Amino acid sequence: MRVEMRQIHKSFGPVHANAGVDLTLEAGRIHGLLGENGAGKTTLMKILSGYQSMDSGEILIDGKPVTFASPAEAIRAGIGMLHQDPLDFPPMTVLDNFLLAFDDRLIPDRKRGEAMMLELAQRFNFPLNPHVAVERLTVGERQQLEIIRLLALGAQVIILDEPTTGISAPQKVQLFATLRRLAHEEGKAIVFVSHKLEEVEALCDEVTVLRRGKVTGHKPMPVPIDELVRMMFGQSIAMPDKPPVPLGEIVLRAEKLLITGHRLEIRDASLEARAGEVIGFAGMEGSGQSLFLRTIAGLIRPKRGHIFLDGEELTGRPYREFMRAGISLLPADRIDEGLVRGLTIAEHFPLRRETPFFIDWEENRRYVEKMIEFYNIKGRPETPVESLSGGNQQRVLLALQPPKLKVLIMEHPTRGLDIGSARWVWEQLLKRREDGTVILFTSADLDEIMTYSDRVVIFFSGQMYPPIRATDLTVEELGYRIGGRAAPDAEA
Amino acid sequence: MSHQLKERLQALAWLILPIIAALLFTAIVLLLVGAQPLQAFWEIARGALESPAKWADVLTAWVPLALVGAGMSLTFAAGLWNIGAEGQIIVGAIFATWVARNVHLPLWPTLFLVIVAGMVGGAFWGWLTGLLRVYARVHEIFGGLGMNFIATALIIWLIFNPWKPARGATMSGTEPFPPNAWVPRLGHTRLPPLAVLMAILAVLLAYYLLKGTRYGLELRAMGKNMRAAFLQGIPTHRHMLSAFILCGAMAGLAGALQATAVYHRLIPRISGGYGYAGMLVVILAGYRPEWVPAVALFFAAIGVGSPRLELNMQLDASLGGVLEGAIVLFVLLAAGLRKRLARRSS
Repeated sequence: MRVEMRQIHKSFGPVHANAGVDLTLEAGRIHGLLGENGAGKTTLMKILSGYQSMDSGEILIDGKPVTFASPAEAIRAGIGMLHQDPLDFPPMTVLDNFLLAFDDRLIPDRKRGEAMMLELAQRFNFPLNPHVAVERLTVGERQQLEIIRLLALGAQVIILDEPTTGISAPQKVQLFATLRRLAHEEGKAIVFVSHKLEEVEALCDEVTVLRRGKVTGHKPMPVPIDELVRMMFGQSIAMPDKPPVPLGEIVLRAEKLLITGHRLEIRDASLEARAGEVIGFAGMEGSGQSLFLRTIAGLIRPKRGHIFLDGEELTGRPYREFMRAGISLLPADRIDEGLVRGLTIAEHFPLRRETPFFIDWEENRRYVEKMIEFYNIKGRPETPVESLSGGNQQRVLLALQPPKLKVLIMEHPTRGLDIGSARWVWEQLLKRREDGTVILFTSADLDEIMTYSDRVVIFFSGQMYPPIRATDLTVEELGYRIGGRAAPDAEA
Repeated sequence: MSHQLKERLQALAWLILPIIAALLFTAIVLLLVGAQPLQAFWEIARGALESPAKWADVLTAWVPLALVGAGMSLTFAAGLWNIGAEGQIIVGAIFATWVARNVHLPLWPTLFLVIVAGMVGGAFWGWLTGLLRVYARVHEIFGGLGMNFIATALIIWLIFNPWKPARGATMSGTEPFPPNAWVPRLGHTRLPPLAVLMAILAVLLAYYLLKGTRYGLELRAMGKNMRAAFLQGIPTHRHMLSAFILCGAMAGLAGALQATAVYHRLIPRISGGYGYAGMLVVILAGYRPEWVPAVALFFAAIGVGSPRLELNMQLDASLGGVLEGAIVLFVLLAAGLRKRLARRSS
């Protein structure tokens, strides 16, 4: 079976998640789909498996055009998907979950289903007990159940979305062996969606790289790691220069933090930052950098360790006190976390300014008009924030920040912005250094990190490495390290 | 200019069409039970407006609707589905009754204490729902529903046990309060002007809180996006609790007034369903306190007018409720339809 996706387009509001994507899947091959979070991988696969409609484009199976209105139609055509979070029914038993998939008679034939399930499980050495509840299985075992369920449904194309997140090392080895067998011996087409270079390198026969909704490369494996990194992150745009600012006293000190996240634990995370310093946090999405920065912002409480600001301990205090002490976070999701969708620009300012209990809306309007002019925001005081472009939303967020901040934390400060807005954002951030503000930021753009950071902190699957001076690093080296390995010359 | 006029006419049409649809729907229901729809509507209107005494009754019924509507506009602004006003009215009435039975002072000091007790009682009941929501993660719909049931059980128990009249407990409630706990009425009508004044103040308070204060703006931000509001530094837990308390105080005030101004005693059905009717009022008012008085007046008129259906047409008075519910449903339907059309055209 051969599946072709041609010129797939899909937009969510202003975000062009897929902008003319081509992808061809062949039977008997493991196809890696690589890209940073937000590159459009999951959207593309949801379209292929019938979970999402496309705006335009076509899907061909063995040369014949098809359309899927639902996942059920896609699976009937032989295409099935394993989701990042398994879409099963946790309180029900393994067998019930298996039967739900295909036995749609009023009274299912449990005996036949059980025999079929056990046969499939044995074929792949999956130790699945049909009579335990799915909620008691590990993520890896739930994947195994999903795989045999899709096989029982006759899937010829199996899509796995980030399947290695949250499974143990032995389960990963077994998963890879299963995928190889499915592709190379049983002739299935496998799509392996991932942002982890080393896994794509170890498993895949060919790779397609997506970046900002577009294909930046399609090659048979092996492909040199630095080439994959370049395809994933791209060449950066020219940015304003960073005039040197003398660093001041230590403002922020994090001592041996232990942070537990959803699927990640960071141990012994320590950091000292001086007034006016810019520190870039590099790593694949979900490696722990966001978890660490949100802990510094006071949103997550560390299990152990201490956070000091100007020598005063903040550990364990509520988020509002972190804010009051002069720490501010600008989230990556500007419209759903940063700003309040449904309120106007003018209505945002009294939330952050020193405002008396009875708001003087006239005075506020004059102030907001001044800020709109000063920050060059394309909007009026009464414009709802959700109708602004990403760049203007970021401008509003920056305009909302109090003038004197001790620590400004930016998640992806320029993601999705056009060049003009991106330059402007950095001009603002660099200006803030002169007041002694510490800037901590994450970015998926390695050039951005190299250009603006005084020091760089690298994260790799929950491990935080000691800061490195940006002058001691190159973009290539950084690319290797966030992929979890040393640069080739360091290995030699 | 003509473009603006067209837009205004469209907005007006979106307001009137659902009401016409609701009247048509109710007319069909009436035809099904074999009644003349036009005659029925006429009877309701006449029952509500035919005499000054009726106008006084409408205003009296307007008071709890306006109070509950004003209170709920605060919790709705914060994005809370507070359905607990019914229980808050009851507990407000219970607290007020306790004071009326046990405090023996001249009229005004007694009334002051009775009313404050009612507000404290309702606020306490709302606060409990808020605590369940904030600290035990019980959704306010379930919390409110549970608290309503508990309040109903409590009032029945009180009336049939510790507070039963000397001649034996009945559904007609406790002994009348001593006259120093009666809110004065206007002339020979049943209308307590003090109650009307307090309801007006409550509506104004809700309006100014939401429009003119940082607190109200913060509540509205929470209603739009709780997470983003929290990230902006708004104390979301504290504000949720205070919104429940404010709404509870207004509903509790309604309960106290029902007891001391309308019935002069505690009766099992002291809330009269105003907790739920008030919710319809605030939904129909688009969650905006400035629209609450007008909508509440309309609902009060239907409520006062529909018993006439029983007298003159042998129909059940609950048909008034059918009309109220139908209007709310059709208005919501029209709002959804309008949003959908707007999305399609954009």
